Amino acid sequence: MEQTIEYAHATGVLGSVWLLIAIPLVSSAVILLLGRRSAKFAHWLGTAAIGAGFVLTLIYFFSLRDQPNRAVERNLWEFISVGNLKVDIGLLFDPLSAVFCLLITGVGFLIHLYAVGYMAHDERRHTFFGYFNLFAAAMLLLVLGNNYVMLYLGWEGVGLASYLLISFWYTRPSAATAGKKAFLMNRVGDAGLVIAIFTMFAYLGSTNYADVFNGVGGLSSTVVLLMGLLLLLGATGKSGQFPLQAWLPDAMEGPTPVSALIHAATMVTAGVYLIARSNAIFSANEVLQTVVVSVGALTLLIGCIIGAAKDDIKRVLAWSTVSQIGYMFLGVGLGGGAYALAIIHLLAHGFFKANMFLGAGSVMHGMKDQVDIRRFGGLWKLMPWTFGTFTAGWLAIVGFPGFSGFFTKEPIIVAAFEREGWTAWLYGWAALLGAGLTAFYMTRLWVLTFLGPKRWTEDIEHPHESPPIMVGPLVLLAIGSAIAGGLMASPVAKWLEPPLPHEAGHPEPVMSHGVITTLSLVLTFAGIGLAYLLFRRGTALVEQPAGVVVTAARRNLYADAFNEIVFEKPGIFLTRALVFLDNRGIDGAVNGLAAAVGGGSGRLRRLQTGFVRSYAMSMMAGALVVVAAFVAVQMGWLS
Amino acid sequence: MTIKFPDIDYAAIAPLLIMFGVAALGVLVEAFVPKRARHLTQLVLALAGLVAALVVLVTQAETRVVTAGGAIAVDGPALFLQGSIIVLAIMAVLLIGERSLEKGGPFVAQAAITVGSEDDRRQAARADGATEVYPLATFAIFGMMLFVSANDLLTMFIALEVLSLPLYLMCALARRRRLVSQEAALKYFMLGAYASAFFLFGVALVYGFTASVQAAPGRMAGGVDFATIHAAATQSPANRALLFGGLAMIAIGLLFKAAAAPFHVWTPDVYQGAPTAVTGFMAACTKVAAFGALLRVLYVAFDGARWDFTPVLGAIAILTMLVGAVLSVTQTDLKRLLAYSSIANAGYLLVGVLAGVREGISSTMFYLVAYGFTVIAAFAVVTLVRDADGEATHLSRWAGLGRRSPVFAGVFTFILLAFAGIPLTSGFISKFAVFGAALDGGQTWLVIAGVITSMVLAFPYLRVVVMMWLSEPGESTPTIAVPGALTAAALVIGVAATLVLGVAPAPLLNLSDTAGQFIR
Repeated sequence: MEQTIEYAHATGVLGSVWLLIAIPLVSSAVILLLGRRSAKFAHWLGTAAIGAGFVLTLIYFFSLRDQPNRAVERNLWEFISVGNLKVDIGLLFDPLSAVFCLLITGVGFLIHLYAVGYMAHDERRHTFFGYFNLFAAAMLLLVLGNNYVMLYLGWEGVGLASYLLISFWYTRPSAATAGKKAFLMNRVGDAGLVIAIFTMFAYLGSTNYADVFNGVGGLSSTVVLLMGLLLLLGATGKSGQFPLQAWLPDAMEGPTPVSALIHAATMVTAGVYLIARSNAIFSANEVLQTVVVSVGALTLLIGCIIGAAKDDIKRVLAWSTVSQIGYMFLGVGLGGGAYALAIIHLLAHGFFKANMFLGAGSVMHGMKDQVDIRRFGGLWKLMPWTFGTFTAGWLAIVGFPGFSGFFTKEPIIVAAFEREGWTAWLYGWAALLGAGLTAFYMTRLWVLTFLGPKRWTEDIEHPHESPPIMVGPLVLLAIGSAIAGGLMASPVAKWLEPPLPHEAGHPEPVMSHGVITTLSLVLTFAGIGLAYLLFRRGTALVEQPAGVVVTAARRNLYADAFNEIVFEKPGIFLTRALVFLDNRGIDGAVNGLAAAVGGGSGRLRRLQTGFVRSYAMSMMAGALVVVAAFVAVQMGWLS
Repeated sequence: MTIKFPDIDYAAIAPLLIMFGVAALGVLVEAFVPKRARHLTQLVLALAGLVAALVVLVTQAETRVVTAGGAIAVDGPALFLQGSIIVLAIMAVLLIGERSLEKGGPFVAQAAITVGSEDDRRQAARADGATEVYPLATFAIFGMMLFVSANDLLTMFIALEVLSLPLYLMCALARRRRLVSQEAALKYFMLGAYASAFFLFGVALVYGFTASVQAAPGRMAGGVDFATIHAAATQSPANRALLFGGLAMIAIGLLFKAAAAPFHVWTPDVYQGAPTAVTGFMAACTKVAAFGALLRVLYVAFDGARWDFTPVLGAIAILTMLVGAVLSVTQTDLKRLLAYSSIANAGYLLVGVLAGVREGISSTMFYLVAYGFTVIAAFAVVTLVRDADGEATHLSRWAGLGRRSPVFAGVFTFILLAFAGIPLTSGFISKFAVFGAALDGGQTWLVIAGVITSMVLAFPYLRVVVMMWLSEPGESTPTIAVPGALTAAALVIGVAATLVLGVAPAPLLNLSDTAGQFIR
């Protein structure tokens, strides 16, 4: 199926697609430049910018129907032109970018709205909205670029915004540290992405999507494998996947709307976008696909296991994000029709996870920023709206029949069973097991927070429901969580072709469809039931001694310890060695040289006696030497 | 016997004539205008003359002619360098004319009165400065302009004397520290005369050489104009010791004015002793004149001998850069530091001269202009930092100046960064241009030496910056005087030019490139 990829030139309404990026960027610049002077209106300006973006996206989305191939390209101006290397500032609007834009601006708008209430008491709310809009602009650039350099610009932009927002409360040491950790681990992934882009320059001479995808067929499989693995490294860094998963849960130190928008709904799915966008590369190499599937399957289990052992409401949700993105990686790794499934799961996840994060924020809002689920309980009566909307999100993520997760996760599990040979059993069962574990830990979270006896700390007397500006977005997101599964029934999956590959008739799964669904439901209900039975009477208020597995899970499966021993300690040693070398060796040489110049200068200075007679002598001597040299050169004595 | 007068293209030499006329008028003003009105009259006259000369020069921009019986060549480099001298001289005259910093101006009324006598104390307290400085300066400017367009060695020698003698006198005119000033003038005069003798002897040797070469059957060449020297040098293999001995001595005379090692010894003493405005004038304009003449001698007269003189002059260039850079490291007086920096810059200019390609000429000319602007601005700042005894030039006194007056410390920092060759200043572009030209000309060894000494030289500049900003101001930190309009104008022009030539050098680079072609 060799076909050349071409994009139509953007005309008419679609010619102004750059506005999507420009509006939040300008708004962010205005807010950040005005500083404190923008405090009165910054939150409304920021929210309006994203709202306008959403309206524009809808307009663009509907005018896309009339375009050939449903994709348009717009090269704005030349960015870099050095020798053979030419990079344009160029945008591409096709179904894949379109759904991401809808998610970013749609969910983003609701979260902005929520943040107006959530951040109301923060002195630096204007700065927060400045960063938030900066993030939106960068994220839109990431999904709208028509070449890998544009994608990289956006990629770094969201990384910057994420860093700024994680450490937004920078006076807290934990927030500052978490920001640094996220930054450093992301750099590892970014390095992979950069080298991948260089590889494209080297082998294909271009980073345009069209050129790269058309040219990838002519490359040797080694180069494709290398390129793909490097892209995958970038994707794992941004999306918190194995082996770079450790930063994401710590990132919850940022304000809750940040966790919802950046670290659940949008930025962390950039890795999935990268792989889906690069499907021509990933589909071209079997080994590559297997690696992606393995990363996904492994991460989804890691996320579930650790999530089940955590007691911090946001960390549990964070590990659940890691795990759900694992499902998406599994999907994009499986290839073929599963690409579209992963994207649809991504959309649904954007809704229900944002919903639950904002719900968690609402709970914290009423409970004086308490995050320990052992100190909640019985909140369903006091926070009915939060409880109701959170429940919708919970039902969606565990895959309760009728809710979105059921429709979007199920097909990925089935697709895993469609692989050939024993790997079908391996990945299929990993996905199934993950579904059961998800049901367990999410039910644990839900029960401990809203049901059971009160276990509040003494200082809390009357927990209260959040104001309407926070509840409103929750309700809308809850509706989205419930019905997003309807996307599966719609022609969206079909509509996502051609950016995503055509589903070329799938092989039969190793077990029948019905058996898989039944197994999945049984495991899900077992998880829910077990968690309910265990936790309906509450739990101990402090951490209890536990077995090997639970301890390991509490310690994030020792990933942090591993990083510390393998990377941090040698890194520190290397730094110290270099500092020593610099002080003793290089500085010594430089200082010695400086001392030599200074000493020479001091000695030469004595020749400047101030006496005209000695000046005349030195001129005479110089003249003799010069004349002698001239004559000598002329007579050939010197040459 | 009929005497055939040479044809003279008066339009082409009009700028020269204007400057000469202004200088002569200045002498008359001294004689006839009442004392009270003299300063203003002289200042206006000098500035008006310079501007008029510049305007006429611009109208002559396309002229390429050898005139006055072969004595004067008006070509691209001559016009460019004359224009540079005029523009830099305008700035210098602005500094010379400043009288608001000190009662009566920076010059003494009567330089000949015994220092320390009763009369001397009286004139130090009351009398206005000598206005003779203006005709002296205009004569010097005239000499410099003639120097860069002289087309034979005798005219060049006369121009050399015309520019030197007024400078010797101007050095002696300082109102403060008069003994140092007089000592500087005397040293400059004696060593200058010594160097002139070398030059003249060199002219004689070259004449001896050309007189031994047949120009036509039965007729000896026998002349010191550049065309004859060029023809004789390319034609005859005999007696070349005379030729090269002559060239060496002429070069010594010119390198003395350019302050190249080992003929630089006068520079620190004279720069320190002379009134600061005069020092700025010498550092900028004399350098343009000296290198202009050197370019003409080497490129027009001795063009054919390039492979023979380049190694020797290259060694001088390296020695000059080394001496300037290394010795500036331990200087403790700001004017001496700038003197050694000027020596090092002479070395960089020599690198451009020795490139031996057309870019060498144009980059050297660009360097001269850029350096001139910056160095006059630097000396303008020096005139502003004062205490009860006049200018405070000892480095230790500048400590903490950034706290006292951030604006002027900032301006001076910018100037020092330009000297150090930091990008976005003209210093970077001009160094880049001469080094690039030298690389094109295959003189890699000079470029390596140039870059290494530039690194050494950055240290003393940055030391001053560190002192100004990172030290606490002490009890003795002097104040920065509010500059009068004239000093402010000179300072603004210098700093603005340093910035503009660093950010958008293309117009001047193009101009110097178009002008970079000698005629013979």
